[in-house]
Amino acid sequence: MIPVSQATAPAASDSPPASPAAPKDGRTSERSLARRVLARPEIGALIAAISVYVFFFAVASPFREASSLANVLYESSVMGIMALPVALLMIGGEFDLSAGVAVTTSALTASILSFQLSLNVWTGVIVALVVALAVGAFNGYLLVRTGLPSFLITLGSFLILQGANLAVTKIFTGNVATDSISDMQGFDQAKKVFASEIGIGGVDVKITVFYWLVFAAAATWLLLRTRFGNWIFATGGNEESARAVGVPVTFTKIALFMGVGAGAWFVGMHILFSFNTVQSGEGVGNEFLYIIAAVIGGCLLTGGYGSAIGPVIGAFIFGMVSQGIVYANWNPDWFKAFLGVMLLLAALVNLWVRRQATRR
Amino acid sequence: MTTDNSSPTGAAAGTADTGAGTEPGTGAATSTGTGAGPDRGADGSAAPIVELRGAGKAYGNVRALHGVSLAVRPGRVTCVLGDNGAGKSTLIKIVSGLHQHTEGELLVDGEPVRFGSPREALDRGIATVYQDLATVPLMPVWRNFFLGSEMTRGPWPVRRLDIARMKRTADEELRNMGIVLDDLEQPIGTLSGGQRQSVAIARAVYFGARVLILDEPTAALGVKQSGVVLKYIAAARDRGLGVIFITHNPHHAYMVGDHFSVLRLGTMELSASRSEVGLEELTNHMAGGAELAALKHELAQVRGVDVEGLPEEADLRAPVTSGAGAPAPSVPTAPPGGKDS
Repeated sequence: MIPVSQATAPAASDSPPASPAAPKDGRTSERSLARRVLARPEIGALIAAISVYVFFFAVASPFREASSLANVLYESSVMGIMALPVALLMIGGEFDLSAGVAVTTSALTASILSFQLSLNVWTGVIVALVVALAVGAFNGYLLVRTGLPSFLITLGSFLILQGANLAVTKIFTGNVATDSISDMQGFDQAKKVFASEIGIGGVDVKITVFYWLVFAAAATWLLLRTRFGNWIFATGGNEESARAVGVPVTFTKIALFMGVGAGAWFVGMHILFSFNTVQSGEGVGNEFLYIIAAVIGGCLLTGGYGSAIGPVIGAFIFGMVSQGIVYANWNPDWFKAFLGVMLLLAALVNLWVRRQATRR
Repeated sequence: MTTDNSSPTGAAAGTADTGAGTEPGTGAATSTGTGAGPDRGADGSAAPIVELRGAGKAYGNVRALHGVSLAVRPGRVTCVLGDNGAGKSTLIKIVSGLHQHTEGELLVDGEPVRFGSPREALDRGIATVYQDLATVPLMPVWRNFFLGSEMTRGPWPVRRLDIARMKRTADEELRNMGIVLDDLEQPIGTLSGGQRQSVAIARAVYFGARVLILDEPTAALGVKQSGVVLKYIAAARDRGLGVIFITHNPHHAYMVGDHFSVLRLGTMELSASRSEVGLEELTNHMAGGAELAALKHELAQVRGVDVEGLPEEADLRAPVTSGAGAPAPSVPTAPPGGKDS
């Protein structure tokens, strides 16, 4: 709620200095406040989030407790951290199907490397970061070199990573899961950084929730207040035009893919240090959840439009639905069906909102 | 033109000005033959900023452009006319750095260059306003105005857009060009075609262009809006910019043009200064006059075809270039001759 009012406020207060004295030609009358609020990419998701919250608040009494909210936020944050770079990439006009398994890949890299060579876990953590960034750079480089659609390229890397995750893990452990690294040097320290809990008012809140909000703020700043953010919008909005006016389109795209790699690394580290071991088959299908969160949050699938606050709300809706169904004692199988309905509704609302916004 | 914008250490503004600091008069490094090729009559006042000599471009087997010579001088409007598919777009893509020429030479300030990207052309002060305007429809006007050359403030890790200054500058610059917008926050896609065109021109002028390439700026506009755009072209010329005005409307071209080049099927059919060619003649050339004249006799024998209005071959006296720019005194009589060389 707050970010929206903050984001619209400057626009409203900035224009008056220029307009009062200025002559108007009457053809470009200023759009009303309501219309400008509606023009925000995340407004549809916000309305949906409030409805979902009210709904589960009404039907599921356990949902009302503070600890449930902490659970919902945790669920949202693990997905939301990845949804942020995926959303930026989507605003930049591409998407990444390998994002889900890349999380597992970086967790496996850190885990297997540290265990097999008996290294300090931090070495594994650093190497995993390099690997995750390299996967992103590979995707981005291939994309800009070949001009193939990102769907094909990242589908390829998705399959490569999925297969490699399973095969490499079996080579080293003879099993589908890695060995526990909980007694390794540096583990406790790393767990504190990636997977600890912070007590607020008697409720333990997972640290990822705070990372999630900090990353979201950083992404918003990046998107709206830096040159790079401008380039992201331009690259996704009209790639040829962007190139023609001197925007480094190639750099922007590769950097965005590497951003997804960095996100995958962070979530991978969280999973590794909260469970001590990694299931090598995990992560498949999550890439769609990230994309869904971004789309529900108002990012345009074809690029050029969206925000970083939107996927935060999208991920929050995801968390509320997945936990709310449990608290309401429903069959959890309904979760995916519910998510599908949300996605379609969000897409329709976004379509309508965008028409309102660009209408004169 | 780039007034006082670089006072607080704007890094972005700095890069934008790199190629731009050179004022129109300083295109001095041209001892090499400006007297060659297309240097005609009244145009020969100042050294050309951009010059094409026998330039051409082939896409694989397809020869899109061949033997085109053109000179762009400060404070002059060079019009390039031609029908669809005549090679106009290829011509500006070469000059603006989107494509590289495969034959002949492209000279900037007298030295041969080969642009690898539009950025390089921009750095030499060559700005292009494209047919599709190179704007991003969903982005606000002010973001579009500064796209690719954003103003920033603050040291690196927290370097951020100087939004207030960009909005103020964009508003000032647009007003200087006579464009009044009430809300710079609105997506540029909501502006009318003429307004978008004007923003694009104001943008190029602000970023210190020495040469402004306009790709059919009046093509999609109404009569009144076309007039507005022509006014901005004249304004840019009066600021000392060299303008390449691509159009297929000879009336628009003749209103502001100093030199006219007509392209046909990838080669130059006409290259003449204003003193050498009249509007009617220009129109005839544009309408495929040379070919039509040859057809006239045949058509005259067909009942129901009115050939009165068609020009005689003798009417088309303006100098015509063929190939590398040697001025031919009269018209190529047969149509194939015009196509092939």
